[in-house]
Amino acid sequence: MNTDLSATPQAPATDADVLLRVENLVKYFPVQSTRLIQRQRDMVHAVDGVSLEVRSGETLGLVGETGCGKSTLARCIMRLYEITSGRIVFDGQDISKLSVRRMRPFRRQMQMIFQDPYGSLNPRRRVGSIIGDPYAIHGIASGQERKRLVQEVMELVGLNPEHYNRFPAEFSGGQRQRIGVARALAFRPKLIVCDEPVSALDVSIQAQIINLLADLQAELGLTYIFIAHDLSVVRHVSNSVAVMYLGQISESAPVEQLWGHPRHPYTDALLSAVPIPNPDQAARRERIILVGDVPSPISPPSGCRFHPRCPKAGQVCVDDMPALSPRLGDGPDHLAACHFPVEDGEDISKARPTIGAEERIIEPGVVSGS
Amino acid sequence: MSLNPGDVGAGSVHYPLADQIGGLLPAAPVAEGAAARKIEGRSPWRLAVERIRRDRASMISLGVIVVIVLVAILAPVIAAVIGHGVNQQFRTTGLTAVGQPVGPDSTFWFGTDDQGRDILVRIAYGTRISLFVGVIATAITIAIGAVVGLAAGYFGKLVDTLLARLMDLLLAFPFLLLAIALVSVFQPGLTVIIVVIGVVSWASVGRIVRGQVLSIREKEYIEAARALGAGPWRIMFIDILPNLIAPIIVYASLLIPLTIVFEASLAFVGLGVPPPTADWGKMISDASQYYANGAWWFLVFPSLALLITTLAFNILGDGVRDAFDPRGDQLFV
Repeated sequence: MNTDLSATPQAPATDADVLLRVENLVKYFPVQSTRLIQRQRDMVHAVDGVSLEVRSGETLGLVGETGCGKSTLARCIMRLYEITSGRIVFDGQDISKLSVRRMRPFRRQMQMIFQDPYGSLNPRRRVGSIIGDPYAIHGIASGQERKRLVQEVMELVGLNPEHYNRFPAEFSGGQRQRIGVARALAFRPKLIVCDEPVSALDVSIQAQIINLLADLQAELGLTYIFIAHDLSVVRHVSNSVAVMYLGQISESAPVEQLWGHPRHPYTDALLSAVPIPNPDQAARRERIILVGDVPSPISPPSGCRFHPRCPKAGQVCVDDMPALSPRLGDGPDHLAACHFPVEDGEDISKARPTIGAEERIIEPGVVSGS
Repeated sequence: MSLNPGDVGAGSVHYPLADQIGGLLPAAPVAEGAAARKIEGRSPWRLAVERIRRDRASMISLGVIVVIVLVAILAPVIAAVIGHGVNQQFRTTGLTAVGQPVGPDSTFWFGTDDQGRDILVRIAYGTRISLFVGVIATAITIAIGAVVGLAAGYFGKLVDTLLARLMDLLLAFPFLLLAIALVSVFQPGLTVIIVVIGVVSWASVGRIVRGQVLSIREKEYIEAARALGAGPWRIMFIDILPNLIAPIIVYASLLIPLTIVFEASLAFVGLGVPPPTADWGKMISDASQYYANGAWWFLVFPSLALLITTLAFNILGDGVRDAFDPRGDQLFV
């Protein structure tokens, strides 16, 4: 499954291109204690030092297992959570610590589409009111004018504008997701963060929504951050992809480079897990099966967080956290955080870790069998 | 490129406005058109109304309540038709030779009270007090409880701690004793009674609302509202409150009979509206001494009035609750 190598390495992003830059974002959640006075708190390391860039007009795919911190990252970017530390620069402006009031004008330029089409719409409000909410909140239009704007955006996403007065319960899942998209589009924002927008939908409806998002991007010049755990979907929609593991980015690259030349063993394992429709091909493929479960984000492993499950782990992986940087001569856009990156054509299912089972700490105090 | 599955269905609608937006081809909803327009969705309210209409007990109670309301409104008309004023004392025809109340006869259908007044007419006027206090005090209770519950549930942390403790404090007091204390301080009167009942009762509503808000607050559509830039008050009243309407209505319909009895209890201990205003609780209180002497009508008729009113509201309240929540599990989130 080798893609052609004629894709030219992309030039480093100039500041003019970059719509969103995240620098060293950290988000910890305190573990709720039942004591009246909390002392030494455990923290859930939901996002632990993430840096990324999104260029205007492009789609950044963000993939990872459940619990890796992608949704938390999305909500941090949207300032729905207060970040613990780090910087978020949107359109050249630092929005990391803005107050609610100062943040409001930015909310017209960055919006979010949620995963659950059933939960993200208020069941007791009519659809026209839901989609018109942004206008009402920001005091833009009212009455007939607002209705006109709402119906315009309903048509834009493929909804019948006459259904303005219906309740969400009267729509199908795919239509509800369109309502969510319509609500996000009210101000024609620059950036839309899509938090698993198609995960809850049937495959056929997924195709419709993905096509809708693609059309809207072409039409309105939108920039997307597309979070998903379905790699095929991500490959289809993204220009570049970042892979997250346990709150950190393990690899990020332009999409075909990631598929063609994965550097991080985790990426390699993920790609090997993507189902292949052709049963003969699937039988021939060597699956890379990772041992063990994702460690707890409350006490992540030392050094490289992936080392307890990595087929190529060495002692340096336990001691030093690898930096996210180009490996094996890749261009400046292809970054991986790995001491033993995967070479082209290497089959890591045949690799054996060079540290003993005792050193591979999966859970604190629990030793894995390899 | 884009698939257009909607094109396959019959009668897919063409959206001219969409064409103006640069030829975007939306995937049209399946087979919309004149036929589909006739199928109207039924909102949750209509479903609830249909359910309650099928409940015979509730419909009967509703009828009884309508009659009671009519009696309250038409009390002066009733008095005029019968020819007896509400506070008119009939010392000759209405009292026996020894000054005891007269039993039901052709002149006084429900008999007279200790001062020779027509009990039927007084019951009719008493309806006004009971209903008025019942509804208004309930409205005040709901209003205060909903606002406090919303604020406590949504803001959380310090605000929630303070308000929740306040509600706990209020709930720790026996309602009636607290009301008696307050009304005594402020002197009985219609306004005082209504306000006191409202102030004493709101904590139970507040608790329930707070609980609901705590769970609604975590829902994704609230997060979406925050992502749009909505402020807390807007979220509370426009996004959260509509989801509370159903439990609030149910609670209100069960609270009205409680309030009516509450008011009657206050009147019973002498802290109701000042005499000579006709009031069921007062009448029951006055009647208790005359019961032993055989004047059963003085006690029985006002008691029946109170009983029937309370029962009707209670049954209707149950019906309302069942209408909103037939499976018994959806009403409270």
